[in-house]
Amino acid sequence: MNTSPFNIHTGSELTWNVQPLLFEVRHALEELLDSGETSIIDLRSIPLAPGEEETILKTLGQGEVHARLSALGPSEIYETRYAGVWLITHYNEEQAIVSRFIEITKIPDILKSQQEDMSSALAELTQALESQELGIQDT
Amino acid sequence: MKKDLSKKDGTSEKGTLGEVLESRGVSRRSFMKFCATTASMMALPPVMIPMIAKALENARRPSVIWLSFQECTGCTESLTRAHTSSIESLIFDSISLDYHHTLQAAAGTAAEAAREAAMEENFGNYLLVVDGSIPLGNPGYSTIAGISNLEMLTESAKGAAAIIAVGTCATYGGIPHANPNPTGAVSVKDIITDKPIINVPGCPPIPVVITGVLAHYLTFGSLPELDHIGRPKAFYGQSIHDRCYRRPFYDKGKFAETFDDEGARKGWCLFKLGCKGPTTYNACATTKWNGGFSWPIEAGHPCLGCSEPDFWDGGGFYKALSMPTENLSQTAVYAAAGAAAAGAAIGALNRGKKNASNKIHIKTTIDDLRKD
Repeated sequence: MNTSPFNIHTGSELTWNVQPLLFEVRHALEELLDSGETSIIDLRSIPLAPGEEETILKTLGQGEVHARLSALGPSEIYETRYAGVWLITHYNEEQAIVSRFIEITKIPDILKSQQEDMSSALAELTQALESQELGIQDT
Repeated sequence: MKKDLSKKDGTSEKGTLGEVLESRGVSRRSFMKFCATTASMMALPPVMIPMIAKALENARRPSVIWLSFQECTGCTESLTRAHTSSIESLIFDSISLDYHHTLQAAAGTAAEAAREAAMEENFGNYLLVVDGSIPLGNPGYSTIAGISNLEMLTESAKGAAAIIAVGTCATYGGIPHANPNPTGAVSVKDIITDKPIINVPGCPPIPVVITGVLAHYLTFGSLPELDHIGRPKAFYGQSIHDRCYRRPFYDKGKFAETFDDEGARKGWCLFKLGCKGPTTYNACATTKWNGGFSWPIEAGHPCLGCSEPDFWDGGGFYKALSMPTENLSQTAVYAAAGAAAAGAAIGALNRGKKNASNKIHIKTTIDDLRKD
């Protein structure tokens, strides 16, 4: 039994969203294996009862990969105990959750280096080398 | 390589959103996070994130003029207390808020000069946001810098590309419009008929719904799809009842009869306690309030239906929708028609309900309030 902050007790009767959502994840994982098609589920678009989101996260568990981003506030990304099923939680700078997704993919796009950032990085590195900002001296 | 978009006077160029973000050193990865959260905020499917990224990158900063009329400032409070500060601040950095007399430092003549300058410079292109109803009675009921609300609205609407009516007062008249409506309060759409108007009702509206509408305009340069009373379908497309996590209790016929009976404690359906969820269209059930922490029904209180027209005159917040309404004029009609028996029957029903509630009343103890 869960207890909400308002003392509304929620028992097993209030967990009917958990199983359908987990079936959706299973279906998406099957699609990923069969056709390579990726899926994203926005957990904020589903009407969840108190305690249901926690039950979903607990059921999915945590796997081998755990990453943390610092981009407009932190983001936590981990592969669940089911390979190919990732949980992505974006926080703002006050550590409040702003969005949460389940991604069914080999690797979430946001973890990959982005094309635009790599272009900027190349230019910056080149400039640094040209101006010898890196402090490397010829001997 | 960050572009400097700052002008010598400290103001920023009206570049694209992509350029603004780049100049602030926002990485592409941060931008993608912003887009993912914006998609969620706009109630759009996550598959649209790349499309949103592309559109937002090229979006131009629109000028926004915000007018507040007969209102309580709750709508502005709702927005400025929004939880996703970094994300929403980006949305607000992406618009040029040229006039908002509650938030701006300038007042009186200087403030009005800023509004007039923004209107002239961006004629035909600015967004007009309005909160509060407009009194059609004595113009002196509500004025700003000596200008009546009606005059300011009609004047400001002339050059607007579109109008966003924020809050139930601006969209449907709200509480000022409630019976007997002493100021003759009306909504924006009662006055302006030749401009696209998007209604964002709620008392107040959910902050991310306000920013979601702004983000939609920024992203796509157009207004989102609206329902029959001008509300964006993305947020107001489904009833509270249909999206309520307590809905299965309604289907099973399990109801809370009072605020502290077994049903209330077990989180059963609040329909019999007057919940207006079945006739109310809003995003509370999924978006929730206070950073997604909770919402009225989760806290054990029925929905008041605050995003619906005339919610204040709906016949009682704690009266079930299935009960007849009992406004005074209607009671008079019953009496005149010799149908006083009907009123007596309703009275007896209410007394019966009160007695039944008293019998099952259980006092809350300190142990009940402990979270363990």
